Amino acid sequence: MKNTNNFVGRNLYDLADFSKEEIISILKTTQAMKEINLRDYKKLPTLRGKTVCTLFFENSTRTKMSFELAANRLSADVVSFSASTSSLTKGESLQDTVYTLNAMGIDLYIIRHSCPGTPQLVNKYSGKPVLNAGDGRHAHPTQALLDIFSIWEKRGTLEGLKIAIVGDIAHSRVVRSNLIGMKKLGASVTVCAPKTLMPSKMEEVYGCTVDYDLKSALKDADVIMGLRMQLERQSEGLFPSLEEYTKRYVLSKETIKFAKKDALIMHPGPMNRGIEILPEIADSNQSIIIEQVANGVAVRMALIYLTLGGKI
Amino acid sequence: MKKLIKNGKIYLDGKFENKDILINDEKIEQIGSDIQNDNFEVIDAKGNFVLPGFVDLHSHLRDPGQTNKEDIVSGTKAAAKGGFTTICAMPNTEPIVDNVATVEYIKRKAKDLGYSKVEVIGALTKKSEGKEISEIASMIEYGIVAVSDDGHCVQNAKIKLNAMKYASSFDIPVIVHPEEYNLAGSGQINAGKYSTKLGLGGIPGLAEEIIIARDIMLAESSKCRLHIAHVSTAKAIDLIREAKKKGVSVTCEVTPHHLLLTEDLCENFDTNTKVKPPLRTEKDRKACIAGLIDGTIDFIATDHAPHADYEKEREFVLAPFGINGFESAFASLYSELVLTGNISLELLIEKMSTAPAKFIKKNIGEIKEGRVADLTIVNLDDTICLTSGNMLSKSKNTPYLNKTLKGKVIQTFCNGRETWKA
Amino acid sequence: MKVKSQIMNEEAINRTLKRIAHQIIENNKGLENVYLIGIRSRGVPMAERLQKYLEKFEDFKVPVGILDITLYRDDLSTIAQQPVLKGSQIDFDINNSNIILTDDVLYTGRTVRAAIDALLDFGRPKQIELCVLIDRGHRELPIKANYIGKNVPTSNEEIIKVSFKETDGEDKVRIMLRD
Repeated sequence: MKNTNNFVGRNLYDLADFSKEEIISILKTTQAMKEINLRDYKKLPTLRGKTVCTLFFENSTRTKMSFELAANRLSADVVSFSASTSSLTKGESLQDTVYTLNAMGIDLYIIRHSCPGTPQLVNKYSGKPVLNAGDGRHAHPTQALLDIFSIWEKRGTLEGLKIAIVGDIAHSRVVRSNLIGMKKLGASVTVCAPKTLMPSKMEEVYGCTVDYDLKSALKDADVIMGLRMQLERQSEGLFPSLEEYTKRYVLSKETIKFAKKDALIMHPGPMNRGIEILPEIADSNQSIIIEQVANGVAVRMALIYLTLGGKI
Repeated sequence: MKKLIKNGKIYLDGKFENKDILINDEKIEQIGSDIQNDNFEVIDAKGNFVLPGFVDLHSHLRDPGQTNKEDIVSGTKAAAKGGFTTICAMPNTEPIVDNVATVEYIKRKAKDLGYSKVEVIGALTKKSEGKEISEIASMIEYGIVAVSDDGHCVQNAKIKLNAMKYASSFDIPVIVHPEEYNLAGSGQINAGKYSTKLGLGGIPGLAEEIIIARDIMLAESSKCRLHIAHVSTAKAIDLIREAKKKGVSVTCEVTPHHLLLTEDLCENFDTNTKVKPPLRTEKDRKACIAGLIDGTIDFIATDHAPHADYEKEREFVLAPFGINGFESAFASLYSELVLTGNISLELLIEKMSTAPAKFIKKNIGEIKEGRVADLTIVNLDDTICLTSGNMLSKSKNTPYLNKTLKGKVIQTFCNGRETWKA
Repeated sequence: MKVKSQIMNEEAINRTLKRIAHQIIENNKGLENVYLIGIRSRGVPMAERLQKYLEKFEDFKVPVGILDITLYRDDLSTIAQQPVLKGSQIDFDINNSNIILTDDVLYTGRTVRAAIDALLDFGRPKQIELCVLIDRGHRELPIKANYIGKNVPTSNEEIIKVSFKETDGEDKVRIMLRD
């Protein structure tokens, strides 16, 4: 079966950039990469001589490690540029930063930034492919792909699955990317949050179902995904207290009863145990939270491999 | 030497007539059929339309203090190219125009070096901080035409009421930039479909409407002339329509971009679509056009807001709000409102010349014998295409960059002097 | 591409593979510690058939593994035309084993080089042997096969097309001409 790799040199800004078929072919490549991560000797010579730059303008130890490990396993050289958010307004402009890095011969950029749309700028300034590692509240396509892969691996398909995502929908880039991808693969998604944490026009934009009540949102769900609830939303006046939030929205033995018996439990991490999810659920047999992390490395290997293949 | 404009279609009392115009120094001496050449400088309008020079109530010339973006010379040159003969400068410069010295500086520089007349709008409150009333009476002595904290909005209703009361004793309009800060928050684009999709903070229409509703009530109470800058939502226009019906002294303006563009343009994170108030929905845009037609909206103002390339060329969230307006205003409105059959050319001229001129109570905005010769000749069949190379503004931050528009200003006269020739 | 000639049919292929199976038995007494590893794609049915013959002749089932060498190729520029990455499947410990790599055609030797690299990432075999159905010459690397079905001298313009029932629905070896 010959297949033309049309990922070469392409940017991954969000899952909207890829067709259903393309997403599936990323999932298949991820499967092959996953095998490598299970070996004793976890290294491939594939991308020798390629240089990948991680450009992180926002702290994220996990995502950065996952990307760097992925690039390292494929033998690419990895350089990292980190800058604090405060330097965005005072320091060197993004344009100058990218011009400088580009002069050093970067083949692929991986960027995390608090401002939506910044990956597009990095591509504009560098002319090199860019993988979005999270831009503000806009998109986090590699996280969505690893979430989708984790479900796909367990269930073989997303077609017809009912997926419930619970938590701070308004501030979540993970949800936005997941909604695009899951919808493309045929799942039906319900998002659930207090009204103050639900963006407007969700149904119109994503074709999902909006529910403010946890129990009805979880009804018959095949997959349940919890999201991190941050304390600062309380001081922003979006909900009265974590205690009250937990009462209404925590994933517990009690609440997940409404979902299917074998529903998968997911969380993009880092978790607030006891707030959005109880340990009895996070550590249960149904939970695939740890596997998600492992799959993250494989997904990122697949994307780096597919994007860099072809251009020497 | 006197100038004789021949072969033009002259806009006179709401109609186009084939007449000649004789200009003597600053003034229109005679309008007539077939004026005989008596050693005049003849300007052949070649059958093109001769309009009263455009008047802009809302612009940012950035001078003094931010001349990296624009200055009075480059700003008025750009204005002349766009067919404007009088523009009003908003006070949010550095320093803020809250004192007579800065008023005088702008007026003098414009008079000596400018390519169009510049009227000054003074700050309503000192440093536009919304705390203490600025020296409005003194600035009026130096010729300001309105007061405003544009770019800022007085949040405290009591301070606003007092400022409006104070201003009402001079019959000077108070221009409000309607924005409730808590509702607007750190919003970037219209709150709605696209703010959800792009993960950008939303500025709800409510942030604008709530201040408009408040200020209408304050205007009723203070008997002040209230003018609302850049209306952008259907609801805001409804509020003003109702207030006008009730006889409140309120007027408002709309920008070309709120008449022509909508929030979906923000989808590619182009910072030249980042304006305040934000581009709204198609429903809002249609309401703006309807408001213009039914007279709720009194005139069009550009909100010319130049920003240097390097300020706009960056992350969307970190780029400043505002776009360039002078050089694209007429062509964009003619192409996308008149040629599309939404409004007549006559209405466009009313809203760009006559109505704003009346608002500042200057004897301009119409072509009449004895008036100053502020004239704009346009070729409606010819096109313009703004590029970073041919723009006269120091800043090139326009969503119309590299787009071709119909309706070209080919010549502009300000006080009888040619200030632009294509 | 058009067919120039057919050089092997089903019968010839099976006869050749049986002969190779005997040679393997001769070289590896008792088949102790021997593993067959097929290089994707057509090395895989070859390995499986050899497994079948070895079992028939010696009553001993040699384990078969699958090796995907896509990630080890030295021509990244052609990844765009690579088969879909399917991954390797080697469910046994290859340390100190005798590995027989199988592939349909030996040409430049670059595939075999990549396969050896890939294999070494799984462990340290005692010995690696190479088994091919067709050796068509034109080596670019110092690589030689231990078991050869048939030597076929070719020109660079020609392509050897091996078809197996398992992958292509028929057993055939043909010489094709580029268009």
